[in-house]
Amino acid sequence: MAVTTASCRRGARFQPRSVARKPRERPDGSSLNVALFIACFNDALFPSTGRAVVTLLERLGHRIEFPLGQTCCGQMHFNSGYRDEALPLARHFVDVFGGYDVVVSPSASCVGMVREQYPRLAEDADAAFADQVGAVVPSVFELSEFLVDRLGVDDVGAYYPHRVTYHPTCHGLRALRLGDRPLRLLRRVRGIDLIELPDAEECCGFGGTFAVKNADVSAAMLGDKVSCIARTRAEVCTAGDNSCLMHIGGGLARLNAAARTIHLAEILAATEARSGA
Amino acid sequence: MTSFQDRAHFALRDAQLRRNLSVVTTTIREKRAAAVAELPDWDALTEAGAALKDDVLAHLDRYLLELERNVTGVGGVVHWARDATDANRIVGDLVAATGTREVVKVKSLTTDEIGLNDALAAREVTAIETDLAELIVQLGEDTPSHILVPAIHKNRAQIRELFAARLGLGELSDDPAALVDAARRYLRQRFLRAPVGISGANFAVAATGTVCVVESEGNGRMCTTLPETLITVMGIEKVVPTLRDLEVFLQLLPRSSTAERMNPYTSLWTGVHERDGPRSFHLVLLDNGRTNVLADEVGRQTLRCIRCSACLNVCPVYARTGGHAYGSVYPGPIGAILTPQLEGLRRAGSLPYASSLCGACADVCPVRIDIPRVLVHLRAREVAQRAAPDVERISMQALARAFASPRRFERLLRLARRGRRVPGIDRLPGPLRAWGRVRELPAVPDESFRDWWRRERGG
Repeated sequence: MAVTTASCRRGARFQPRSVARKPRERPDGSSLNVALFIACFNDALFPSTGRAVVTLLERLGHRIEFPLGQTCCGQMHFNSGYRDEALPLARHFVDVFGGYDVVVSPSASCVGMVREQYPRLAEDADAAFADQVGAVVPSVFELSEFLVDRLGVDDVGAYYPHRVTYHPTCHGLRALRLGDRPLRLLRRVRGIDLIELPDAEECCGFGGTFAVKNADVSAAMLGDKVSCIARTRAEVCTAGDNSCLMHIGGGLARLNAAARTIHLAEILAATEARSGA
Repeated sequence: MTSFQDRAHFALRDAQLRRNLSVVTTTIREKRAAAVAELPDWDALTEAGAALKDDVLAHLDRYLLELERNVTGVGGVVHWARDATDANRIVGDLVAATGTREVVKVKSLTTDEIGLNDALAAREVTAIETDLAELIVQLGEDTPSHILVPAIHKNRAQIRELFAARLGLGELSDDPAALVDAARRYLRQRFLRAPVGISGANFAVAATGTVCVVESEGNGRMCTTLPETLITVMGIEKVVPTLRDLEVFLQLLPRSSTAERMNPYTSLWTGVHERDGPRSFHLVLLDNGRTNVLADEVGRQTLRCIRCSACLNVCPVYARTGGHAYGSVYPGPIGAILTPQLEGLRRAGSLPYASSLCGACADVCPVRIDIPRVLVHLRAREVAQRAAPDVERISMQALARAFASPRRFERLLRLARRGRRVPGIDRLPGPLRAWGRVRELPAVPDESFRDWWRRERGG
């Protein structure tokens, strides 16, 4: 902690992006310089997910950069009606991540924000921002998209000897159209006992500020999701969004249910040598 | 003014309602998916539906004047109503002119929207709902809770009780056929004696002056053919350019709403005719806020809606609260965007928040209304129209300031780590308490990701 606090005070930590973002030379065509967009709540609450993405992508031979200037994509503000407040955050995002070949994120909903809503924010803003958005958006990938579409792998060499059920989150399903990409990755994990979640495509009831603004309805939706998870007798419920998993996991924990939640990245990062976080 | 949250709170505690809703929405969801999957060109159809509606909205003035000209040309009378009061006065006067005390009605959301039955009752005219589900709602002195299935909140045991009590039928089984038969016997005599029928309209064709009503029971057709006088109240956005355009909508609507390949009773009439059907026909064109919706660039797609109710059936919020929680004639996702635009955000400002933005509604919409987008747009309008900055806005703005700078963001992360040791944090007021009622709060880890990265990778 002391080290961190001290280093934070050094102004040089947040270098101008022209220095920080410059992709390094690739020694051969096989490895990419990948910028990790962790999403703010993962940074604060689920650092193990970020560490798992780093482990996984490095194991696959890629170099990861973590631009320290990154903060929040603005999704909560945008979806809650604070469009004016979301715009500076979007500007900040394109400043930080502009110029990378590939930006990877373990959050389908934040990638959805960038891909779906930034172009709309840009419609009302200046042309320079619109250009930046146009340049950044195609480089931003959700983790399973990046693995399956960009890298063309579905066997990432993972080992995870547990009974697991997968919840497709709404933004992954309907904003990014991830389809069965996460499941293709999970099916190739050694030792896994993957079991289908009943009514999988039904929203878990998180919905950002919906979870607190309409807490009763959110709880009713959560109750049904939790009982579907219980029916699978899985030990682990996984997904591509820690926000939904925080809500589902919070409900499971309150009930002392048998299942716990873990992000997809952490399952994919686990190997015989290195068990899941 | 009660909010969606307050009404939902009570609706969620009604176990019978939860059961009824869950059975019906699950069944109709699956049937719709199957009916839509049969058509290889479904996507093209929805694209055509959206494009046709957008064309109508872009040239609404022209199409409405064309409709007026052609309805008048075939012997109908067109009335223009700016709002509910206007429309109710026009219809009330027309009914009064016939001297009747009883009218029969086709199921119509638009007449529910303007509160026509109450307005007629105030002039001592009884409006009899002839759609089976609307009749159930009316006999129960209830309000509809679904666009297509107004009595979705009632099961047949509850309907049997209601019919037995209100139709004077002591011995009545809850067999659907027996219930329908009871309703038929009650309604048939009223069809035969009523001099005035009142309907809404699913479509009206500008080029021919033809009005179209789509229904499943045939009772609507009784109302549009038997009485001497027929009065139709229609939202101005229901006009379509030509008869041929119905080719698209009469495929989209039944598959989306009842999951049928073809609609059972599709009635089309063009003006009045000698020795057949009503002697006089009145078409009331209703604005009632629609031109305000049209003026909003993002919101106007709401007016594409053909009232199929597919969005209600797939909505995880609607499926748990039912329609009454929306406090509106138009419930579910479409109601959450239409009602605040028609009635204003001051009256219906809680509705745009009645969604987790899961997107299931947009996926099934046959005219491609991007409901989540309009919801978020209306949230922004709702935030902007609040009188004074409230706690939410102040915290949102403070958070946005913190997130806009990496330095302030890091300070916030450190604050969160310190805050985790505050005892009883889940009993704090505000949003944290709402979270903590049914969920544990996640523990804030010792080290943020960025601190780990710096420690491991040196930044």
